[in-house]
Amino acid sequence: METIFINIEEFLTSWMVGMGLAQPWADLIITILQWTIIVLIITVNTIVLVWMERKVSGFIQERIGPNRLGPFGAFQTIADTLKLLTKEDIVPARADKLIFKTAPMFFIIVSVMLYAVLPLGNNMAVVDLNVGLFYFISLASLSTICLLMAGWGSNNKWSLLGAMRSVAQMISYEIPLVFSLLGVVMIAGSLNLTDIVTAQNRVWFIILQPVAFIIYFIAATAELNRGPFDMPEAEQELTAGAYTEYTGMRWALFFLAEYTNLVAVSVLAATLFLGGGHGPWLPSWLWIIIKTYLIMLVFMWTKWTFPRIRMDHLLSFSWKVLIPVSLANILVTGAGIELFRWMGW
Amino acid sequence: MAPHDNSLAAEPLAEFLAALQGSADIEEISQDEYFVYLKVNAARLVAVMQGLLNEWGMNYLANLSAVDYEHVFELVYHLYAIPDNGRKIAVKVRVPRDMPQVPSLISVFPSADWQEREAYDLMGISFSGHPNLVRILLPDDFVGHPLRKDFGKEAGQ
Amino acid sequence: MIKTEPYTINIGPQHPSAHGGLRAETIMDGEDVLDVIVHLGYVHRSVEKIAESRTYAQFVPYTSRLDYLASHLPTLGYVQAVEKLLGITVPERAEYIRVIVAELSRIASHLIFAGSLAIDLGATTGMIYCYRDRERILDMFEMSSGQRLIASYMRIGGVSHDLPDSFYPAVESFLKDLPAMVSEYHGLLSGNEILQARCQGVGVLSADEAIAYGVTGPNLRACGVAYDIRREDPYGIYDRFEFDIPVGGSGDSWDRYIVRIKEIEQSGRIIAQALRDMPTGDYQAKVPRIIKPQAGREVYHRIESSKGELGYHIVSNGTDKPHRVHVRAPSFVNLMALPLVSRGGKLQDIITNIATLDPVLGESDR
Repeated sequence: METIFINIEEFLTSWMVGMGLAQPWADLIITILQWTIIVLIITVNTIVLVWMERKVSGFIQERIGPNRLGPFGAFQTIADTLKLLTKEDIVPARADKLIFKTAPMFFIIVSVMLYAVLPLGNNMAVVDLNVGLFYFISLASLSTICLLMAGWGSNNKWSLLGAMRSVAQMISYEIPLVFSLLGVVMIAGSLNLTDIVTAQNRVWFIILQPVAFIIYFIAATAELNRGPFDMPEAEQELTAGAYTEYTGMRWALFFLAEYTNLVAVSVLAATLFLGGGHGPWLPSWLWIIIKTYLIMLVFMWTKWTFPRIRMDHLLSFSWKVLIPVSLANILVTGAGIELFRWMGW
Repeated sequence: MAPHDNSLAAEPLAEFLAALQGSADIEEISQDEYFVYLKVNAARLVAVMQGLLNEWGMNYLANLSAVDYEHVFELVYHLYAIPDNGRKIAVKVRVPRDMPQVPSLISVFPSADWQEREAYDLMGISFSGHPNLVRILLPDDFVGHPLRKDFGKEAGQ
Repeated sequence: MIKTEPYTINIGPQHPSAHGGLRAETIMDGEDVLDVIVHLGYVHRSVEKIAESRTYAQFVPYTSRLDYLASHLPTLGYVQAVEKLLGITVPERAEYIRVIVAELSRIASHLIFAGSLAIDLGATTGMIYCYRDRERILDMFEMSSGQRLIASYMRIGGVSHDLPDSFYPAVESFLKDLPAMVSEYHGLLSGNEILQARCQGVGVLSADEAIAYGVTGPNLRACGVAYDIRREDPYGIYDRFEFDIPVGGSGDSWDRYIVRIKEIEQSGRIIAQALRDMPTGDYQAKVPRIIKPQAGREVYHRIESSKGELGYHIVSNGTDKPHRVHVRAPSFVNLMALPLVSRGGKLQDIITNIATLDPVLGESDR
């Protein structure tokens, strides 16, 4: 079971080479195949996630949640997706049409690209990049630009306010996010995600870096624009912020991208702090799925419990609390590593 | 026993009534079991209200309502004190129907602001000195003042 | 040199936090609020004009549509005003029934307040919990009057029906659960640091300003002024009950929230006393079929509604229809303080302020 996907891949490659295809071409086809499968998984998974979010919020709020369509309302999201697909695509007359139309596309592209380096099991990253973490972080910050495009292109004050908020928020929270990951990188001694997983052979980094995990979790919530940090959306204040003018499938693309980001960030958390694919009995890819879903459950739990924080509090929390604490964490980690080295471990 | 027995008590009123009896600003003082009614000339309204506020502590303008009698409009201001001092006063001002103008009370009671705008909007009473006397409940392009008794008698309304 | 200029943004009338149809034209500099101009009238139904073409009894159902979140309270104010006009004494039992349903209405209204504050701040779960408990009150209203929201239960001279037998166990179990409910709100909402940060020091109204602007009800008491018409100018039988008047200190949004939560508990106390002391007897006084008050009589009657001082100024002209009915709506006057408390704050504070001033647009627009 452990190597089932890798075996399939190797079988396909050797089959294609056997058919007379040159090795580089076969690799290219495999990569394209991997991407297609990832995109498919993301889309289907989003449908599951939306249903799960509704059920979880229903459970938290003493409601039933969707319960009409299919067993436990499981097909509700599919019906909603069909509805969104058939809705009219409205582009405001005064919008900057090019920017307005491309913003959701860029958003989803950026989100999907995150998955290139994520090890979804042992040796199961699409690209085993040696600066994988760096790649992930730099791509994750790009989503700000997409939100800014959406807000600017909509030519709507609410949208622009939402976009400005998102920029301010992302810039502030990018820093503690990166700092929190530095501790992990220092211990593992690598930016390669596969190496970081291997470094957690004996002990998970959540035990060595608990503070970093909490900072990562908070900063990631802000990066994902999820409650209580959903400032760019803020439906009770900014109607729907940057998404105000979007309808139908364009809006659904934003939605899809947000859930894609959620999964990516959760996979990263599982990889960096929860030992990636390490775990007894079950194959590594199954462990990743279990850990990812657990982290996503915590994300949902936070979202449905907390009110939205105020913008200035949000920024001062990042600059006055998270960044100093994450810097202190780096210092302590560095000192600890030196100490252990000195003690000869 | 009067129903909803929050009628006026005699003691806190005696001194008040005696003092007001001599006032030249007040045209008529009457009383029922709930209120002391003071009839005031529109020109002296602000002075009377200022006096009630400063000397008698009537610091709370609870209500302003305008009533359309055939030839006159009557404005009724209900005044209380916070905390309550036993005096409940209704100041009444009558203005002619053809020139319904009353001085604004905003300088004395800021709470008169919207209530005066409402009386202007629905009854068509103009409050001189009000900084922003525009319609508040009805759209700005509405014609007429619906709470007037003759409203709706013209065609098209 | 970068030049900036203030811009205008319309909160409402179509806005998730507009509470029905409030339009706050906000002049902003970035996220800072320079000024707020409130526009009303989107729910104006000309209730005062309608009153002049209805008989005194016919107007009763219209009043429950004023403050539809606490529908017994505006009805109570109106029927008591007419009773004052006619000099009718209401039977004891009816008075007690009125107190019970009125205080239940107050609890329902304050629960809506807490729930809508929660949802306006983005805490969807807090809303559901408050609404869940309000459902039980609405069920009781259905038992007593057949209507859940706009009950029109009061009649001139009493109430429309006696309370059914099923009402008493329902209200008693509700009162029994009330402390647990309140502690749940404290756990979910009051204890939440984000909610505290969003409310504390936001929308501060000083006691002097509040009185000058005619702000009443919980909003005034949040400023530290213990002014409750049930105590200061008791109507009905409110002078027979023991209850505390919760007051705040600083007059910010937080105090407005806490005062209301405490009032829920006090209303529970009043209901318990009313249930204990309720006599048997008639629930409706003998009232003439056609109500014709003496010509030229006028009355101003005010009650402590859940939003503040709710007053009715009724002038009779000797016919069966009132000459003039004026409603002094607490939401209307309280909203005057919105620009005052919002200036200098942030955009998000306006949302908090609208929620904690607790206007009901049906009442303020009439």
